[in-house]
Amino acid sequence: MRPTLSVILLTTLIGAGQGLFLALYSVQLYALFHLLPAPDARAFYAAGSLLALLLLAAGLTASFFHLGHPERAWRAATQWRTSWLSREVIVLPALMGSVCLFGAAHWIDWRPALASLPSGALVDVTLLLGALATVLTFALFLCSAMIYACLPFLREWHSPLTVLNFILLGGASGFTLATAFAVQAAPPLVGFLAGWALIITGLGLAARLWSLIRNYRLRPRSTIQTAIGVKHPKVVQKSQGAMGGSFNTREFFHGASPSTMRSVLWGFPLLAFALPAALVSVGLASDLPAAFVAAFATQFVGLLGERWFFFAQAHHPQNLYYQSIS
Amino acid sequence: MTQLALVIDLNVCVGCHACVTSCKEWNTSGSAGPLVDQNPYSAEPTGTFFNRVQTFEIGEFPATETLHLPKSCLHCEEPPCVPVCPTGASYKRKEDGIVLVDYDKCIGCKYCAWACPYGAREFDEQNKVMKKCTLCVDRIYDQSLAEADRKPACVKACPTSARLFGDIHDPASEVSMAIRGNGGYQLMPEWSTQPANHYLPRRQSRMKIHPDELERSDNPRKLDAQLPKPGTAGPTIEDAVGW
Repeated sequence: MRPTLSVILLTTLIGAGQGLFLALYSVQLYALFHLLPAPDARAFYAAGSLLALLLLAAGLTASFFHLGHPERAWRAATQWRTSWLSREVIVLPALMGSVCLFGAAHWIDWRPALASLPSGALVDVTLLLGALATVLTFALFLCSAMIYACLPFLREWHSPLTVLNFILLGGASGFTLATAFAVQAAPPLVGFLAGWALIITGLGLAARLWSLIRNYRLRPRSTIQTAIGVKHPKVVQKSQGAMGGSFNTREFFHGASPSTMRSVLWGFPLLAFALPAALVSVGLASDLPAAFVAAFATQFVGLLGERWFFFAQAHHPQNLYYQSIS
Repeated sequence: MTQLALVIDLNVCVGCHACVTSCKEWNTSGSAGPLVDQNPYSAEPTGTFFNRVQTFEIGEFPATETLHLPKSCLHCEEPPCVPVCPTGASYKRKEDGIVLVDYDKCIGCKYCAWACPYGAREFDEQNKVMKKCTLCVDRIYDQSLAEADRKPACVKACPTSARLFGDIHDPASEVSMAIRGNGGYQLMPEWSTQPANHYLPRRQSRMKIHPDELERSDNPRKLDAQLPKPGTAGPTIEDAVGW
């Protein structure tokens, strides 16, 4: 498949935004049980929610560039019964709304208590809003990933690993960003967030390697023989019905050279996992705040490469009909 | 239930592209707007087509065969492109099984094209919507046309009558009988899309000739080459029955 910049940006930006929100809410849950010092609500939760919201909005904006008719985009919310894309179109604004409410409630310090736990901790509205946003965050990960994972003949994508990778890679970049953000907003939390950033980055690497190995072992189910229904071991295409290419030759071939594919394949694990982990460790060891910012920047670039490769690696069976021009 | 479809006889198709040009002509002139091309007279001509004829070479020289495969939307009975559409622009008609795109609802996200294993859908770069074969839905029901003309443009154009059109759910229809009687098959059956369009395979007429059929046993030219008569010393039939 041809990787499209708008879709790469959409999935990576909202992934980072979702991960950042999960980091914020994790801190609030830990703080509820006094496992972490409570940060300043405005500086950490509200500003962090704003940052997450900006990432989600940037992703949503990028997605519009993928559409031929963006003015009709509202129609995309109608087929939620059957289409994962439609579900994503509903869940993304819903998540943005709930993150907005979560941040706003923290900003104006609107925290009426709803219940109290046996430990004496008060369950307030922000906790409930955060829980709602957390459910929507995971729903959005599921919807975004199932858009790709639900297509059975794109076998590189048709796997639960796609969903797992979207969750882990979004979570990793979000927690790394939260670490960089906490340096300014809530320095006591840096250690906690950096630790989880390292753990999720490690899990993300493992899951991504797993899917790379799975894809490497895949054998095509469709062949030129099943595509044209001729049982002969040697079938060669001699013409595809057009000399100047068509939508089919533009949309479904990545067009990159094998050496580019190899460079991205070896480059993205380095940029998305190894270097950020090293930079986070440097930041933790040396108290160098810039290392966390560099870690997020590196990881985000790496994840752009990862998503590019995710698209480029998928072999569409229609390509069997477009093997040679003449 | 009706499922309209094309049945294409690959034994008869000569790869002349008449169905392609006829399809393009009809569907670029219709009420749904033009099927536009980019750079039609320049170095890199490209454009939107509902139908393509592709050519494949089977085997290795000198034992090769040529196969022309006209490929358009197969109007699958389980179309994977329809449920993925986020707007409902892509739909399958209940009354006749034709898979269509509502060009006024399509947002041009191309997801349906990703979901089609056959590459049957082509994006219109000018109108920014997805396009595909309509089985000439604006023609087959047109009461102002003569009965014989209420067929897709490609079927009417085919000079060798390689393309049949009809209801594959009606067991007595021409297409159903062609599928049953001539080994009609579907493309990429492995994805359970149940394409409605079927293809009839290339059929090779081969005669089995035994060596003794090549020469008459009583060919007079063989007289000189007859085997020698058995010698008188050996037993004869008369020895066995003459006593």
